[in-house]
Amino acid sequence: MRRLGKQEIEDIAVGAALLGTGGGGDPYIGKLMALQAVEEHGPITLLSVDEVPDDAFVVSSGMMGAPTVMVEKAPSGSEAKRALQTLEEYLGKQIYATFPIEAGGLNSMLPLALAAKLQLPVVDVDGMGRAFPELQMVTFHLDGIAASPFVIADEKGNVVLLNTIDNLWGERIARAATIQMGGSVMFAIYPMTGKNLKQSGIHHILQLEEEIGRAIRLAKANGANPIAEILRLTNGIELFCGKVVDVNRKTETGFTRGTARLAGLAEYKGEELELRFQNEHLLARTKDRLLCVTPDLIAVLDAETGLPITTEGLRYGARAFVIGIPCHPKWRTPEGIATCGPGYFGYDVTYEPVEILAAKGRSGR
Amino acid sequence: MSYRIGIDVGGTHTDAVLLDSAYRVVAETKSPTTEDVSTGIYRCLREVITRSGVAREQIKYAMLGTTHCTNAIVERKRLNRVGVIRIGAPATLAVKPLIGVPDDLRQQLAQHVYVIRGGHEFDGRQIAELDEQRLYEIAQEVKGKVDSLAITSVFSPVSKEHELRAAGILREVLGEQLPISLSHEIGSVGLLERENATILNAAVVDVAKSTAAGFVNALKEEGVEAKVFFCQNDGTLMSVDYAVKYPILTIACGPTNSIRGASYLTGLADALVVDVGGTTTDVGVLINSFPRESSLAVEIGGARTNFRMPDLLSIGLGGGTVIRTQADGSFTIGPDSVGYRLPQRGLVFGGDTLTATDVAVALGKVRLGDPQKVSHLDRTLMERVYQGMVEMVEEAIDRMKTSGDPVPVILVGGGSILLPDRLRGASQVVRPDHFGVANAIGAAISQISGQIERVFSLDELGREKTLDLAKQIAVDEAIKAGADPATIEIVDIEDVPLAYLPGNATRIRVKAAGTLAKDA
Repeated sequence: MRRLGKQEIEDIAVGAALLGTGGGGDPYIGKLMALQAVEEHGPITLLSVDEVPDDAFVVSSGMMGAPTVMVEKAPSGSEAKRALQTLEEYLGKQIYATFPIEAGGLNSMLPLALAAKLQLPVVDVDGMGRAFPELQMVTFHLDGIAASPFVIADEKGNVVLLNTIDNLWGERIARAATIQMGGSVMFAIYPMTGKNLKQSGIHHILQLEEEIGRAIRLAKANGANPIAEILRLTNGIELFCGKVVDVNRKTETGFTRGTARLAGLAEYKGEELELRFQNEHLLARTKDRLLCVTPDLIAVLDAETGLPITTEGLRYGARAFVIGIPCHPKWRTPEGIATCGPGYFGYDVTYEPVEILAAKGRSGR
Repeated sequence: MSYRIGIDVGGTHTDAVLLDSAYRVVAETKSPTTEDVSTGIYRCLREVITRSGVAREQIKYAMLGTTHCTNAIVERKRLNRVGVIRIGAPATLAVKPLIGVPDDLRQQLAQHVYVIRGGHEFDGRQIAELDEQRLYEIAQEVKGKVDSLAITSVFSPVSKEHELRAAGILREVLGEQLPISLSHEIGSVGLLERENATILNAAVVDVAKSTAAGFVNALKEEGVEAKVFFCQNDGTLMSVDYAVKYPILTIACGPTNSIRGASYLTGLADALVVDVGGTTTDVGVLINSFPRESSLAVEIGGARTNFRMPDLLSIGLGGGTVIRTQADGSFTIGPDSVGYRLPQRGLVFGGDTLTATDVAVALGKVRLGDPQKVSHLDRTLMERVYQGMVEMVEEAIDRMKTSGDPVPVILVGGGSILLPDRLRGASQVVRPDHFGVANAIGAAISQISGQIERVFSLDELGREKTLDLAKQIAVDEAIKAGADPATIEIVDIEDVPLAYLPGNATRIRVKAAGTLAKDA
């Protein structure tokens, strides 16, 4: 067990932006919510997954809807509480702790704000180890854990409890209700036992986010380059260093899709990297070989500060390091690759782990 | 013949020009920016009038681009006591006003903060009824305790109804004199950023008032009865009345003025502008005769805001930049500068500090001061330092471009004499006449604009008709602000569909601008 104060929250927000691999929504407003909650209610208790009893009842919390709505109509802070309480009443069980559904972006921060407000522990675990755009893209789904029953709640006091036949229906009905409720709601979802969480969750993810954030902060203070430390913390692999020379993006069916090209600098001079994204960075390749593809993580980092660059922030002239990070082994199963591998996003390549692609590249040179 | 004066305050120098009605430069002058800013402005004003020899009654307009408001915020000095009212509860309580703002600024501005029921949804429905009762109570509570009010309602860019009603109630109790800043008139979607901008606006109302009064007075003392305008961020003008209501819009007008001046002096509508001052070099992008605006949140005094600012890349290189060399042949360029003390501190002027200007003189690239005083410097080393300076600028140019294609580069600012006639990434390097006072010229030739930014539902009228409606609103705003209807053009239009929302909700932003109407 550990306590999280303001500095830890600041660091986690930076790590969350990095594991957001370019998407996941800006953690900024979630960070402010967490900071305010800590200011008012004191530090947050963070539990390691091993500290959660097997029979404890745990539930994920976060937001769904349009991030553009949330940056204007910020939450009241009580909707997540009502969502949790409604679920407790319905199931007749007391909630032991909450946890983030995804490590990347905005949703990584919201359980922290809720936890401080309710004096409820947060578990150091998530269901993605990164950010993905859809509710079923979680490791819980791979293990057959249902999102239902789940609750969405708005700031006005409206609460909707859903019990759907599968996770896809859950996504569909909740999205429709979200619009009526004002475009952004808070959810309590994927109720499960401590035992389920240990088996299906991705462990120590908040700790990793905090370490990444701290490394970037300290490097900035010391005028050092944080890239090497980030690679060490994430078991990451440097894929490329270059300058963005072209960005082509379009918005389709609510998602931002596109391609960026980077011209190599230093030891990569003469090479060109192609980066494909849909909300998140999903595929990186050079002319003759694949370097990294989803579900492995691709992070684009400012070459000077090491700070992550989002897909919206990509623009001509930016100097960036592109790194690949192995995803959690659960994503590397046939089921995991079917759920969020290259095929699901419409890329015509076969998934291979980033470290194997890198080894091939080295022998090929 | 009528004349106009343009004055622009920079970090190192305050510049002034006097133009005739055909916008030809009759006189120009430059003097150090003073700590109180105003003294430097008045000195410049007197000097440019005297130099021009123009009859004072023929000077009809005076345009001022100043840093008074920026300085007040950055230094946390002379700020108003602000009453902060947010309309949006029960939404937004999880992030209170000023939560992300640095502690010292928050301490000053968060003395009277209220969050009350009301506000709207993205589609214009109410979140809750406006709590009018509470507003009457607040009015009593803040009476005599605040100088200015800032009101922000959730989704006011979609519906300004609650902000207007709230302002009505507060005026009813507190009188018409108390300045009230309304967020929908200042920023766009993004509650915290718009609210911060509105609060900062309310905080500098008195600074703006005294600046305006001082400038009008200084003109009178010179015997000039000119109509006074303030320059704003987007390269257009505000009347004095408007400027004291929306002083926050003057922030960052300086770099904008340089970019607009560069465009006017060269006749180019699309180019990169490199403005080399005494301390920094700002690189901006000219698109369709206006500066490209930044798409990211901009921090002012550490507070995140979201109103439009010119997209700039600022690097620590100017005429007074300090160069340090080591025995082993290594060197550093800046980031510190001797600033306006260059004429005392620079080696070529008999001073003791090796500056960027000295390097250029030593290599014979610039003739200034006494070249003998730098003849002892190691020429090879100076070549390398100069190369380093040029590379800094070239990299900045490259970062600001939108593609790899070479583009025209316009050099302005007093320090631009340091730079060579060829730059990597430039299709041509243009040095216009009067390059040293391009910013003051930009101030003098500013246009009048009107702008609208709002979320529309395209399902109601269709895209074309909605865009036409938005354009008409922008044009009407420009006419209201004093633009000549015959000269108004749409200078910027942007529509962004909002993801995950029905009804084709789209944020549309349109800006229209025209020249100053003759009778304005």
